[in-house]
Amino acid sequence: MDAIMLQEKLVERLLCPRVRTARQKEKQYVGFATLPNQVHRKSVKKGFDFTLMVAGESGMGKSTLVNSLFLTDLYKDRKLLNAEERINQTVEIIKHTVDIEEKGVKLKLTIVDTPGFGDAVNNNECWKPITDYIDQQFEQYFRDESGLNRKNIQDNRVHCCLYFIPPFGHGLRPVDVEFMKALHEKVNIIPLIAKADCLTPNEIKKLKDRIREEIDKFGIKVYQFPECDSDEDEEFKQLDKELKECTPFAVIGSNTVVEARGQRVRGRLYPWGIVEVENQSHCDFVKLRNMLIRSHMHDLKDVTCDVHYENYRAQCIQEMTSKLAQDNRMESPIPILPLSTPDVDTEKLIKMKDEELKRMQEMLNKMQQQMHDKD
Amino acid sequence: MAATDVDIFMNEEKRNLSLGGHVGFDSLPDQLVSKSVTQGFCFNILCVGETGIGKSTLMNTLFNTMFENEEASHYQNGVYLRPRTYDLLESNVHLKLTIVDTVGFGDQINKDESYRPIVDYIDTQFENYLQEELKIKRSLFNYHDTRIHICLYFIAPTGHSLKSLDLVTMKKLDSKVNIIPIIAKADTISKSELHKFKIKIMSELVSNGVQIYQFPTDDETVSEINASMNAHLPFAVVGSVEEVKVGNKTVRARQYPWGVVQVENESHCDFVKLREMLIRVNMEDLREQTHARHYELYRRCKLEEMGFKDTDPDSQPFSLQETYEAKRKEFLGDLQRKEEEMRQMFVNKVKETEAELKEKERELHDKFEQLKRMHQDEKRKVEEKRRDLEEEMNAFNRKKVAAETLSLSQPLKKEKDKKN
Repeated sequence: MDAIMLQEKLVERLLCPRVRTARQKEKQYVGFATLPNQVHRKSVKKGFDFTLMVAGESGMGKSTLVNSLFLTDLYKDRKLLNAEERINQTVEIIKHTVDIEEKGVKLKLTIVDTPGFGDAVNNNECWKPITDYIDQQFEQYFRDESGLNRKNIQDNRVHCCLYFIPPFGHGLRPVDVEFMKALHEKVNIIPLIAKADCLTPNEIKKLKDRIREEIDKFGIKVYQFPECDSDEDEEFKQLDKELKECTPFAVIGSNTVVEARGQRVRGRLYPWGIVEVENQSHCDFVKLRNMLIRSHMHDLKDVTCDVHYENYRAQCIQEMTSKLAQDNRMESPIPILPLSTPDVDTEKLIKMKDEELKRMQEMLNKMQQQMHDKD
Repeated sequence: MAATDVDIFMNEEKRNLSLGGHVGFDSLPDQLVSKSVTQGFCFNILCVGETGIGKSTLMNTLFNTMFENEEASHYQNGVYLRPRTYDLLESNVHLKLTIVDTVGFGDQINKDESYRPIVDYIDTQFENYLQEELKIKRSLFNYHDTRIHICLYFIAPTGHSLKSLDLVTMKKLDSKVNIIPIIAKADTISKSELHKFKIKIMSELVSNGVQIYQFPTDDETVSEINASMNAHLPFAVVGSVEEVKVGNKTVRARQYPWGVVQVENESHCDFVKLREMLIRVNMEDLREQTHARHYELYRRCKLEEMGFKDTDPDSQPFSLQETYEAKRKEFLGDLQRKEEEMRQMFVNKVKETEAELKEKERELHDKFEQLKRMHQDEKRKVEEKRRDLEEEMNAFNRKKVAAETLSLSQPLKKEKDKKN
């Protein structure tokens, strides 16, 4: 908000007719304060892209939430599997790409869906296809970046992963913990409490505290909101603090529009009342939307590029160079200390020879002594 | 009595007679009732469902009391069954209620073996009853019957269909216990979704051949209500022990920012239906079914396993006595054979080890010999070297002496020359 106002002010100054009396002030004005405006223009022209991954068991309301977030219907012809088909199901990765536009700003949105996660009876390593996919995207980008023609690199890296925690339990389950631990160093994880309309406000608070505790206990690094600058105004800081205390967000999604309090809103109709998705006292959907789309979308992309991708890249390069040293095929650009493991057999042999030599030496000394004595 | 007379009596058909007055045996049911009331009733419920799905809360709500229980953790290594027995009293009817909880169900990452502890527990209760029945001195009327009469299976309200774990578990349980599937935490599903969900669940159960408990429709007094309830399965329930003021009444309900879900309101959830069916109408039928169908099936399988048959190949009824004798002989024979085998094995092993030890001894001996030889060789060599060195030394000494004498004689010679 502030940025936009600032830009408008600057534009005004530039385009307004100059007043004679203020000429002195203008002499000191260089004009690079318009840079934000230029950035704005360029980025609008270029367009944005964002890749969002949703993960969680089947029936948690992932598709409904995505539809509610972006106000479209991405899952028109979806076929759900029966229980018997899911006994031995493997996890698939399905991408949906849509181009949406708002006030001239174009967004290419990719939703990566993970049907089958946690649905089989034996869910050992069910997150492996997901980690493989993320690594694949990193690898692809790494290759493109190191290539010769870098004009049109497509950025398919996953910028954010929304993980849906079922509200029916008492906290995190083992499969949740394992999944988040496998992914927290590869992608920004935002945990959500799904289907929050089955929890009363007290229960929500208890569950959130529990989940935060368990996240700390297991050392899971979920996405942290960046600290706001100290020169921001109090209201902003207050909002930021509230946002941070609210995680994990308890969300409700809906595909239907109902009539509530004289307005048409997205909501769920029950015999005992109407749950409004966008009502802040009913759930944290609005907070999630604001955070994800309106304020932190770019930060998520930045953390992905600067932290997760760089970690992957460093690891990749290290592996490559250690492999080169082993193969000994060409001179590695980086000097590496050879850590050759000494052969066990040769060591034994050396030891034996040493002992023999010592014995011989002793004998010679003895004989010399004898000679001396004789003399 | 001659054998033929007895036959005549056996083949006589039953005749219906009309009574001239009131005899009074129509009080038999009342006598039965008063006897069973003094005896007290016994009922065992098994609750199967994921951790946190609301099993304990529903039990508290059903029986309108607070059974003590702690929250289970999600990190159990396997599935454990936790039976708890309570004594309840309502208008001088005693009920010995056992609630068995499944702890840790659905929490593991690999749930292949999750159903096994449950099946084992049910079988164990059947086994205990069978043992009691087969005892020589038994007291069945005093026996605390722990066989599970009803299994409430809690389905998570995903809104799509059954989970794969649910299907697998219910298939394993349907031949051993009466199953009533329940949709837990039903206040998260709207009415239209609920309708579709119920249909999907029932069709999945039918298509996979899972037999759930059907409320009996053969007794005219309850057949109508039972038939209509059968159509409402699975029941969508909401449990709560908290009380909320609605209007001018205080009812058990859950308070949300958008409304209040009343537990006993039939348009909100099916809790009332469940309570009617489970406790008020069909409790006795459940017990009967457990005994007559599931227990008999278990007993038959178990005895057949042990080799008992009702009729031998000539279709003459077998006497249990003879079968016992035969079995006993077989068993003893088995034991003897096993003993022989083990003895044989032991002897063999001893022989083997002896042979090995001998072999090792021989090896060591050889090595010792070899080392000794080597040692002698080396000694000889060293001796030779020593002698060589000594010779060199001697030679060197001689040279030295020679050189000395030469140097001594040299100056003498020089002097001699000088003099000359």
